[in-house]
Amino acid sequence: MTLSIKKVQETAYLARIAMSDAELNRCHHEIEQIFTLIDQLQAVDTKGITPLAHPQASQQRTVADTVTETDQHEKFQALAPAKQLGYYLVPQVIE
Amino acid sequence: MHFKSLTELKLALHKKDLSSHELVSHYLKRIERFNPELNTFITVTSESALQEAHKADALRARDPDNAPPLLGLPMAHKDLFCTDGVKTSCGSKMLDNFIAPYDATVVRQCRDAGLITLGKTNMDEFAMGSSNENSFYGPVANPWNTAYVPGGSSGGSAAAVAAGLIPAATGSDTGGSIRQPAALCGITGLKPTYGRVSRYGMVAFASSLDQGGPFAKSAEDVALLLNAMAGFDERDSTSLNVPAEDYTQHLNRSIAGLKIGLPKEYFKNMNAAMQKTLDEALTVLEKLGATLVEISLPHADLAIPTYYVLAPAECSSNLSRFDGVRYGYRCENPSDLNDLYLRSRGEGFGTEVKRRILIGTYVLSAGYYDAYYLQAQKTRQLIKQDFDDAFKLVDAIASPTTPTPAFKIGEKASDPVTMYQCDIYTLALNLAGLPGLSMPAGFIDGLPVGLQLMGHYRQESKLLNIAHQYQCHSNWHCQHPTAME
Repeated sequence: MTLSIKKVQETAYLARIAMSDAELNRCHHEIEQIFTLIDQLQAVDTKGITPLAHPQASQQRTVADTVTETDQHEKFQALAPAKQLGYYLVPQVIE
Repeated sequence: MHFKSLTELKLALHKKDLSSHELVSHYLKRIERFNPELNTFITVTSESALQEAHKADALRARDPDNAPPLLGLPMAHKDLFCTDGVKTSCGSKMLDNFIAPYDATVVRQCRDAGLITLGKTNMDEFAMGSSNENSFYGPVANPWNTAYVPGGSSGGSAAAVAAGLIPAATGSDTGGSIRQPAALCGITGLKPTYGRVSRYGMVAFASSLDQGGPFAKSAEDVALLLNAMAGFDERDSTSLNVPAEDYTQHLNRSIAGLKIGLPKEYFKNMNAAMQKTLDEALTVLEKLGATLVEISLPHADLAIPTYYVLAPAECSSNLSRFDGVRYGYRCENPSDLNDLYLRSRGEGFGTEVKRRILIGTYVLSAGYYDAYYLQAQKTRQLIKQDFDDAFKLVDAIASPTTPTPAFKIGEKASDPVTMYQCDIYTLALNLAGLPGLSMPAGFIDGLPVGLQLMGHYRQESKLLNIAHQYQCHSNWHCQHPTAME
């Protein structure tokens, strides 16, 4: 398949990765090569094959809904780069 | 002392021929001397290691009969296993400032077994790479020839063991990242069955493929380490809930009568030197009574394209947590939230990681999911079925671990497709979730060659048995780089 540089640019934005023009150009070229490899899959007849998402076919187990962790607030606060009144300070994420 | 096996060092400690403090001090001096050249360690935890060594010696003196099995023996962890209070960088600028607030289960289990951590080893960023050239902390050199790569992504662990800077180390294997560097550095490395070793506290790359495992000089040492690392963990929802095994139990069993399959697809187009080296290794197995049988894994050629859809897809999802908000790298002076995300991730991730996130994002995006992601899941099923069919005929499968010995640093760095071919023989096992081992099988032009043994689900003991019997009748695993003496 042909992957346009515009498509790579859109994908980089979807993944929230800033790229310079030079980086984008190089990445576009390399991704095109990789898709030449990946596109081999298109020729495989997979009619009737069940997709395998995970090597373990068994169902996920459940656990009791009980508290197992101990309070480590002070330890985690000590590692935080910015904190105030027992909270963790992060950049504004709701605009 | 530093090229002795873990088993020999264990005995020496037990007989009080040396103390744990002496042993740990010796390896710390080795790291200080050779790490500037090899770049195998990102963090060295000298102070805590020496303290632990003192405690181990005291415990052995006080209650020798109840000492943990690997008490006082040094080891290192790949820098993607979280270590309480110690930097866990994953080889990335993104986590250069990250101090883990807890231990990974593997780290805790190793400590419970008495092992002492001397530090955290270098690796390809977020475990993505086959040469250890993708680390924020610079490339690792192969101790057999420092102009060459050690393999990746667990290159720091493998090179450190090969150079005698540590007798044992952990690694992780998503597409060959234990077996490939083990082969290129001339040591023994095991990727267990998916779910055998807990992933709790192991920074995720591709969750359906990642599996931790041990590196050491010999299969016997690897069995000791796997005893410590393996086991059910409630904190890992994909952990196998099966009874614990003693992986040393069957090491000395005869391999006479075992059928070992040789997949014809893995031996085609092999260069003459590799073919000759592997033929000699296989002859040893034959002389020990194993029967070599040609088998077919008809979908072997699909492993690389399947892997390079599924692994990037899972990575793009897993690495979305690194957003510059909660922890890890954050860009300077973002103008708004979008700028914060874009530049934190653009500046914090390296080239290979960004490329894989982009591929993963693309194959999961609307309009492409069925053609790529779903199709790759179907071809994954075909690859798994190949192994299911093969293991109806044979007890284990043998193959080269890599197409060639180590290559020069920089040789393939600008060509990702060529680099991806390095894992051509290792990827399929991760897709199927099966165990695999690489052991030293000879040298070409002074560089080690690995033989891969593959097993059916939970057949690690069988692989270790075959490898140990081979190592009882060969001495490739006893070789060490003379420049590192």
